[in-house]
Amino acid sequence: MERFRMEIESLSKNEELARVVTAVFMSRLDPTLEEMDDVKTAVSEAVTNAVIHGYQEGEGIIYMELQAEERQLTVMVRDLGVGIADVKRAMEPMYTTDPSGERSGMGFSFMEAFMDQVQVESEPGRGTLVTMRKKIGR
Amino acid sequence: MQQTFSYEARGQALIIHLPKELDHHNCRNLKYETDLLLAENYINRIVFDFSRTEFMDSSGIGVLLNRYKQMTANGGEVALCGVNTRVRRILTIGGISRLMEQYENREAAVTG
Repeated sequence: MERFRMEIESLSKNEELARVVTAVFMSRLDPTLEEMDDVKTAVSEAVTNAVIHGYQEGEGIIYMELQAEERQLTVMVRDLGVGIADVKRAMEPMYTTDPSGERSGMGFSFMEAFMDQVQVESEPGRGTLVTMRKKIGR
Repeated sequence: MQQTFSYEARGQALIIHLPKELDHHNCRNLKYETDLLLAENYINRIVFDFSRTEFMDSSGIGVLLNRYKQMTANGGEVALCGVNTRVRRILTIGGISRLMEQYENREAAVTG
């Protein structure tokens, strides 16, 4: 198994950094352009959640781990932020805690649409770990 | 590279040229800027121009939906142009395709 880890500050400009690094790492699995874009979108959703919800747009560190084993890509995005009290509810389409109306509430739906498997572990006050898997090159 | 929106008025239509990467980071100022433009001008049509856009996530969907609500509340419309295959996929999954008409080119989108 090949593994890559990084820690990034919880800043919105790092959403793009996370996508680009993931794309470079997964390129060794020889993905199609569509698979590459799908994973980039899913990573963007998970990191954006950490920035906006996990750390409430304040300071914090986002921990990312990427794994490639045969054709399986695993992406883990962890924050040590506020956590999610009701994961099931948070994952419902269109559910959002944002009062401005600018957030669609589709973050988890997008992760699920673009990856094969999405797992969310969270504890209020402790943080959230999102683990996403996708088989590349089918 | 600074990735910002640019705005272009065409009669009562407002064209919003979207950035290359349409994510949460790049969408931060859009609400403030468009609210200002909508308050100061009579606009009954917003055209989102995706010609430059190569990446989009659900933050883009949020922005489109909120503008759609704002416009339709006052009898206005929202149209899209310059949509590539990737963006079309995101729009479809985000449920936008049903709500907003997509045009081949900018002029057609402005005219409706």
